Amino acid sequence: MSRLNDVNIKTALEIIARYPRPKSALIPLLHLAQEQNGYVTNEAMVHLGELVGVTSAEVYGTATFYEMFRFEPVGKYLVNICGTMSCALMGAGDLMHHAEQKLGVKAGGTTADGMFTLAHAECQAACTEAPTLQVNYRFRYKVTNGDFDTLIDDLKSGKLADEIPAHGVVARIRQRIPADRGVGAVAPGLATENPAWMDGKAAL
Amino acid sequence: MDGRQGGIMTTAIRYPHAAGFVAGDRPKIVTSRFEHADSFTIERFLATGGYAGLRKALGRPATDIHEEVKSATVLGRGGAGFPAGTKWGLTPQQVFPKYLVVNGDESEPGTYKDRLLMERDPHQLIEGCLIACYAAGLSQCFLYIRGEMALAQERVAAALNEAYAAGYVGKNILGSKFSVDIVLHWGAGAYVVGEETALIESLEGNRGMPRLKPPFFPAANGLYGQPTIVNNVETLANLPWLMVNGSEAYTAIGTKTSPGTRMVAVSGHVKNPGVFEIINGTTTFRDLLYGAEFCGGIRNDNELKAFVPGGGSAPWFTADQLDLPFEASQVGPAGSMLGSGAIMVMDSTTDIPAAALTLTHFYAHESCGKCTPCREGGTWLERILTRIVDGTGTEADLQQILEVGAMICPGDFPHASNEKLGLAAVPFPYKMTTICFVGPSAFAPLHSAITLFRSEFEARLVKRISIPVTAVSTPPTVWA
Repeated sequence: MSRLNDVNIKTALEIIARYPRPKSALIPLLHLAQEQNGYVTNEAMVHLGELVGVTSAEVYGTATFYEMFRFEPVGKYLVNICGTMSCALMGAGDLMHHAEQKLGVKAGGTTADGMFTLAHAECQAACTEAPTLQVNYRFRYKVTNGDFDTLIDDLKSGKLADEIPAHGVVARIRQRIPADRGVGAVAPGLATENPAWMDGKAAL
Repeated sequence: MDGRQGGIMTTAIRYPHAAGFVAGDRPKIVTSRFEHADSFTIERFLATGGYAGLRKALGRPATDIHEEVKSATVLGRGGAGFPAGTKWGLTPQQVFPKYLVVNGDESEPGTYKDRLLMERDPHQLIEGCLIACYAAGLSQCFLYIRGEMALAQERVAAALNEAYAAGYVGKNILGSKFSVDIVLHWGAGAYVVGEETALIESLEGNRGMPRLKPPFFPAANGLYGQPTIVNNVETLANLPWLMVNGSEAYTAIGTKTSPGTRMVAVSGHVKNPGVFEIINGTTTFRDLLYGAEFCGGIRNDNELKAFVPGGGSAPWFTADQLDLPFEASQVGPAGSMLGSGAIMVMDSTTDIPAAALTLTHFYAHESCGKCTPCREGGTWLERILTRIVDGTGTEADLQQILEVGAMICPGDFPHASNEKLGLAAVPFPYKMTTICFVGPSAFAPLHSAITLFRSEFEARLVKRISIPVTAVSTPPTVWA
């Protein structure tokens, strides 16, 4: 059962309603599917196609373009070590080498216990804090080999469970638009003239 | 990608853990709240003048606000540097609805500013979005945050929820006739989506591939084919201050052509890497790299070898260009660009071919695959350069790199002047055979590295003694 569950269907419909066209919700919905199952399953993609009104092939087409979506199970913790210029200049290569030894897998591999997937990543927008890594998209800055070992041990012992959710969950806070406050999606065709406040007078 | 590039890079020198942002004693437009630990909450925002700019804007006709932004010449901070007020004016008058798409897909190598602005002051960005929608008559706003930025997504989502509840976003904002929704949208990891038409494709739920311009200039034909304004996070974050203090106060900071301040991240081999809000147009690269209030010099007091002046896509500069100010009209003719305000510094210990490979790899990896010169060219540039870095490349490989590059960017390619080498600068920009800048970006850093440090590449080449393949051999004697 890897279609969206009832709670997520409700969230999905809420997200879809914000967009002028349902297909726009596809990437947020793929995240939702990945959040539920840890990776994006074929059944989920079929389901999303039904929800937004496109074929599952189109969902697959979109999903495979983006790096964050995984189509096979990955470790509970995805460790992305940045290797782009600033990090490389500051020793990201050494860090990756150490990480491979510590985890006993090569970059791209998953540990036998299914806890960790190690991966190379591109620039993570934390260049002044190089070398950096992300565990399930949570940052660690200026990472030394010792820091890395501590991080892995803490993750194993469950010490960081509050801070770092399992793979699939990115943001833990969702936008909620209260029904009485939202304007609603403004689709092409819905508006045929300038918005009310463009009448040349002050709005307040 | 494998670990190759790091193994031959210089060993890391670790700095004590510090926050990326360094306030300093300078005028602050977008980072004024960063000193507070709770800068992202609506309580702190309201206690420090938050939403005053919106209130002030709504008290005046929308066209006035548009004029004010125009006269302040708020330059786009995403890379191209196009004035925001002028951009808003490019939408056709009688086509509705119009949309605002906020580009928070910061992923240019070296760039680290939009993430800080979203994480530390999300309400300021929301206020900026509202002012833009009000001034330009935009009916709905989509705030696109890069997929990997979990904290930024959480902070902006929480801020939006607070702002909706308090009546700052949504229907009849502050009790006025101004109503607009801001929809939080997030990506899933693709550098090319930072290009505005690719961003729109992605927002429509498609693969993030750039559209051809013309006809797809977003201002005329953007999201769902409607007029769409795409603005960078930092650009919009400038608007609340501008509304409160006016365009005169804004243009009083910086220079006439580059007013205001700008966020700059300096990373790599400097003593104190950090993100700074600097005065636009007057601060020089020397100030940034060596100034005590900024980076305080090169690590270990080593010599500067080269630096990237404006993000991974920019041709490199050397010490010859240190005295250039942060001003597009001077950096362009000098052979590079300011781009997204990202400086990456390489000291004398840097292995230049390996450093160039990290960037070539990045752009080859991030090519969306739409244009052949980028998809194939970028990949080949990476493969050939890898051979050279690994020590198995030949003279022909070096030549081949330049030939492949010429197919992505035909004609003279920009590079900086260099006194020692007797090089004269070739001005930016270049000609290109691709739709967007990802293709040329795979070649730009590499080209300048080869131009400025050719001997380092040549030192890596295998000197082969040619063995004739179709040798005229003496027939075996048995046949004689």
